[in-house]
Order: sequence, then C-alpha cells, then structure tokens
Amino acid sequence: MLEARAVTVERRGRKLLDDVYVKVPPGRVTAIVGANGSGKSTLMKALAGEMKPCDGDVLLDGRNLKAFTAADLARRRAMVPQATSLSFPFIVIEVVRLGASVPGFDAITTRAHAIAEEALLAVDLAAFRERLYYELSGGEKQRVHIARALCQLAAATRGPQDSAMLLLDEPTASLDLPHQALVLDQARQQAEAGRAVAVVLHDLNLAAAWADELIVLKSGRVLARGAPAAVFNDALLSEAYGCPIRTNATPAPGTPYLLPHLLRLLPHAARRDRRTFPSLLS
Amino acid sequence: MQDATPALPLRATVDREVTGARVIAGSVAVLVIALFLSLSVGATGVTLSSLPRAAWGAIQGSTDPVLAREQLILLGIRLPRTILGLFVGAALGVAGTMMQGLFRNPLADPGIVGVSSGAALAAVATIALGNGLFLPWTRAFGVYALPFAAFLGGFATTILLVAIAGRQGQMMVGTLLLAGIAIGAIAGALTGLIAYASDDRELRDLTLWSMGSLSGASWPKVVAILPFALLVLIVLPKVIRALNGFLLGEAEAFHLGVDTERIKRLVILTTAAAVGAAVAVAGVVGFVGIVVPHLVRLLAGPDHRFVLPGSALLGASLLLVADVIARMIVRPAELPLGIVMAAVGAPVFLHLVLRRGIGGVE
Repeated sequence: MLEARAVTVERRGRKLLDDVYVKVPPGRVTAIVGANGSGKSTLMKALAGEMKPCDGDVLLDGRNLKAFTAADLARRRAMVPQATSLSFPFIVIEVVRLGASVPGFDAITTRAHAIAEEALLAVDLAAFRERLYYELSGGEKQRVHIARALCQLAAATRGPQDSAMLLLDEPTASLDLPHQALVLDQARQQAEAGRAVAVVLHDLNLAAAWADELIVLKSGRVLARGAPAAVFNDALLSEAYGCPIRTNATPAPGTPYLLPHLLRLLPHAARRDRRTFPSLLS
Repeated sequence: MQDATPALPLRATVDREVTGARVIAGSVAVLVIALFLSLSVGATGVTLSSLPRAAWGAIQGSTDPVLAREQLILLGIRLPRTILGLFVGAALGVAGTMMQGLFRNPLADPGIVGVSSGAALAAVATIALGNGLFLPWTRAFGVYALPFAAFLGGFATTILLVAIAGRQGQMMVGTLLLAGIAIGAIAGALTGLIAYASDDRELRDLTLWSMGSLSGASWPKVVAILPFALLVLIVLPKVIRALNGFLLGEAEAFHLGVDTERIKRLVILTTAAAVGAAVAVAGVVGFVGIVVPHLVRLLAGPDHRFVLPGSALLGASLLLVADVIARMIVRPAELPLGIVMAAVGAPVFLHLVLRRGIGGVE
C-alpha cells in the first residue's frame, strides 16, 4: 500500500500540493484526474519518491519513503514520467532493457532479456525492436517507456511480501485509440497481478472505464476520492475543471460517460462566456 | 509477466553485445599497435628491436656506450612518454564519456565546461610563479607540485561549477554547462594575464605547454600521475550502470535505482582528478574527450559498458598516434600535440554539431 499523509509540496513559495491524503492500494488501478496545474504530476513525483514533500509523509507499506534507498525503491516501483528525452543512439530494445538495470540484479542475463522482449510485445512494439529510439513518433516513444517500466517491475527481484507499484504519468497522452486501450489494459493486468497502479489521465472517460478508484485534484487539494460512479457527478466535475460537464449513463453499469459542454456545440445565445481577442484576429 | 521466460529469439541485442565485445577487442589491438609505434618511432632512429638488448643490458649493468644510448632513449625517454600518453589519452577519453553521460549531451567535454581551463590556469601559475610566489608550494610537493596544482585547479573549477549549478539542492545540468563556459573563459583570461607578465623563456614554456605536449615526459611524472590513474580505474566500474540511467534523465535514473546525487559527485570528482592530472603532465590537449566517445558510440552503441572502456582504450591509442605524428612531422623538432589533436578533432566536432543541426541527434 502506497499512501500520502498530509503531503504538502512547495516550490518557490507556491503550494503545488496542499495537505493531500491519498491511498494507492495494491490490486487496484487508481486514476488521478484534474485540470492542468492541479498537482497531478507533483503528486506522482511525490509518490515515486522523486520529489520530497515539505510537510507530511509518503509511506510504502507503512514505512516512510525517506527510509528507502534509491535502489530499494527501484525494486518495488516503476515510473513513467510525462516526458523523457534521449539524445543517444539507443535502439528500442536497449531502452526497454534499461528497465532491468536496477542495482542488485543483472540486466545482461537471459531472464532480463526475455522479460524485455515480452514487455515490447505487451506494448505492441515488437516490430520496432531494432529501430533507433529517437527516430520514433511520440506515441511510439511513450510506449517504449511503458515497456521499460513493465520490464523493471517484472525483472526487479523483491521479497515475497513486498508489494510493487506502477506509476504512469499521462501514459495515453500521445497514443491513438487502440493503443490507449492496450496500455490501460496492461496497467489493469498489473493491478490484477497484485500491484498498486496509479495513473494520471486527462481523458475522464478513459479514467471512468479503466480505473477502480479516482482521485480528483483541484489546485493542489483532493476534491474527491472514490469509485468512478460515485465521484463523477456533474457538479463535482464542473467544479474541478471550471467548465460545465454533463455525465451520461453508458450501457456498462457503473461506468459513467462524460460530455463537456463544448462552446462550439451550444446554441449561440448560450455562448455568453465566449472570449474574443481582437488583436489575435486582426 | 511474472516468472515465465518465453522462448523468444534474442537477435539484435545479442548482436550489439557481440559488436561491443568486438569493439573492445579491436581497441585493445589498436592500442597495442599504437604502443609499438610510440616506442619505435623517434628522432634518433632507435627502433623497438633494440629494446630486449637495452633492457637486458640495464639488468646486467652493462657500460657499453651504444647500449647506454639505446637504454636512455628507449627506457629513459620513450617508455615514460608512452606511459604518460597512455594515461592522458585514456583519462581524457573517460572524462569526456562521463561528462557526456552526466550532462546527457554528446558535446559535453572537460575542455568545454572549463575544467581543463581551470587546471591549465593552476599549472601555468605554478610554472610562471614556481620560483617566486609559489616557491613554498613547489618546495613542499617536488615532482607532485605541478600535477597537484593542476588537479586542484580542475577541482576548484568543478566545485565552483557545482556551487553555481547546485544552489537549489539539485544540480541543474544546463546551468552547469553554461557556467562552465563562462568559468573557462575567466580562467583563460587569467592564464593570458600570467603569460603576458612572463619573461621570454617562461613564455615559450607556457606557449608550448598550453598547446599540449608529451615532450617533457619522465619517470617522476609517471609516478606522479599513478594515484590519479588508480582512482579512475577504481571508479570506472561503479558508474557504468548509473550513467546508462542518466542518459534517460536524472529523474529516470533515480527511478531505476541510481543514487543520483552520489553519482554526480563521484563523476565530477573523478573527471576533475583525471583531467587535472592529464593537463598537468601533457598540457591542454583538446577534442580527445569528444571525438573518441563519439567514435565508440558509432561502432558499439551508447551502452557505457562498452563506451567507457572503449573510450579509455581508443583515447590512449589516438593520443599516442597523435604524439607519434607530432614527433615525426617536423623531425628533429616537435609539433605541439594540441595542434595535431585540434587538426583531427575540430572537424569531427563540427561534423557532430552539423549532424545535430539536421536532426540526427536530438
């Protein structure tokens, strides 16, 4: 179980996270949603141990993250950040195999190799195996890093009672529809295998469809927590995003479907809050 | 994806492992040839074939004047020169590779971020002021005075860089690179100032020295750099995995279990030590740290398991061959090593910059 207790993160006097309590339980997919700048990535970084909270604690199985060494953590947690750049001529499989280069076991073993190959298959990149990483498209690069994280979780050895976590920061941001589903399905499978999965998502419908639990952030605070059907209601989401949102029922019970009131679709009379900028149009 | 290991073919990765091993083996062979050349070639026409005779004579305590001359040339001049060349080339190759890995930038180099300039400034000050202001220093350290001063110069520069770039508790790599360029320029200006204030004899020493040369090689210098060479050898295997992680980014390295702050300190100190010692015995020799790792990456890929040892071996080879060229081209006089290196290295550097420009490397 990964837990944030009263976590506050400040940068240059601005509170990015303010007294945040969240739990990322094993065996479940927890989606973190919220508007831009609401603190989603900061929360992920705090949960990963990458960003130290100014106040409060992040606990892994009841033990403070500060007490773990980087190597200890790497054996129990894999993370895919929002963006990663790489200026050196690695081929795809080599980047995936870097996931198995956690201290304490050997990335060169046959087992690590085999795991890397399977991770590549899992994100549908087998055909890209020998391609140069920096020549890939954005979505392909994103999947390489997801494969790297899957490889890290599978290859890193840990004690039988030690849980493991997968943290994904906007893993679907540049993916096409089938690959969004593919990646989230992989995340679900990790959860079903007993791992704690936390994933930042912008697409609320993906969050509703794939997550067991939702955490809605607004301005660095937790606005709501719970199952999608309980959390997603018009008033709450409209407040979280500052725009009118309507929840609809889907054929799948318990999975709401959301429609933002896109200005373009509203009748002209209702477009009162449309803002125009004359200097941009001249 | 638990413990089941699927029976998948292991193709290119294994191939690249084999290529890497081959590149290392090839580099060893090239180094052997370079060592042979460096011991065989010189202004006097004494060749390597005299070595067994000279060595045997030295053991027996022979007083034959012909043998004594061969002994002096081979064992007293060329052997220490070759060992120094070996160290300087390997140190610069390794330092370049480490900095590029840490800064995630294939153009980073101790020469570019000012570490060489800082080491050079301290060494120039020791040469020019060694009998005046710095007399206690030169008295206290003897043969170690110059390498120590250069090491301290490189070290001080590095500390300054870290202090500037690490103000927020975490090192900002971009700031480090830019601050390095500024500090390098300041060190260069101070070096120029000392040169301006020097007399003609010192000036000639300084000029030659600031262009790099192995002509002053001697056994005491070999002894002086020994601890630094050992330090580099000890650190090298400890940073390979970490530097691979760093190529993805500092945060990613941390996610992969790298103690990033410790590795940054270790790499920076080692680089300062290696560059400081190299500058102290050979003066400022540029481009080895850029050209050699780039070449190894082209051949073996960017994995530091191959790039670090490969750069050490090929760096040593390149420096030795450049030194042989410097010795031969205007025989019996000598060209400064830095000139030969720059003539080879600058075009390669330019090629790298152009390739980056058209999107070959991000």
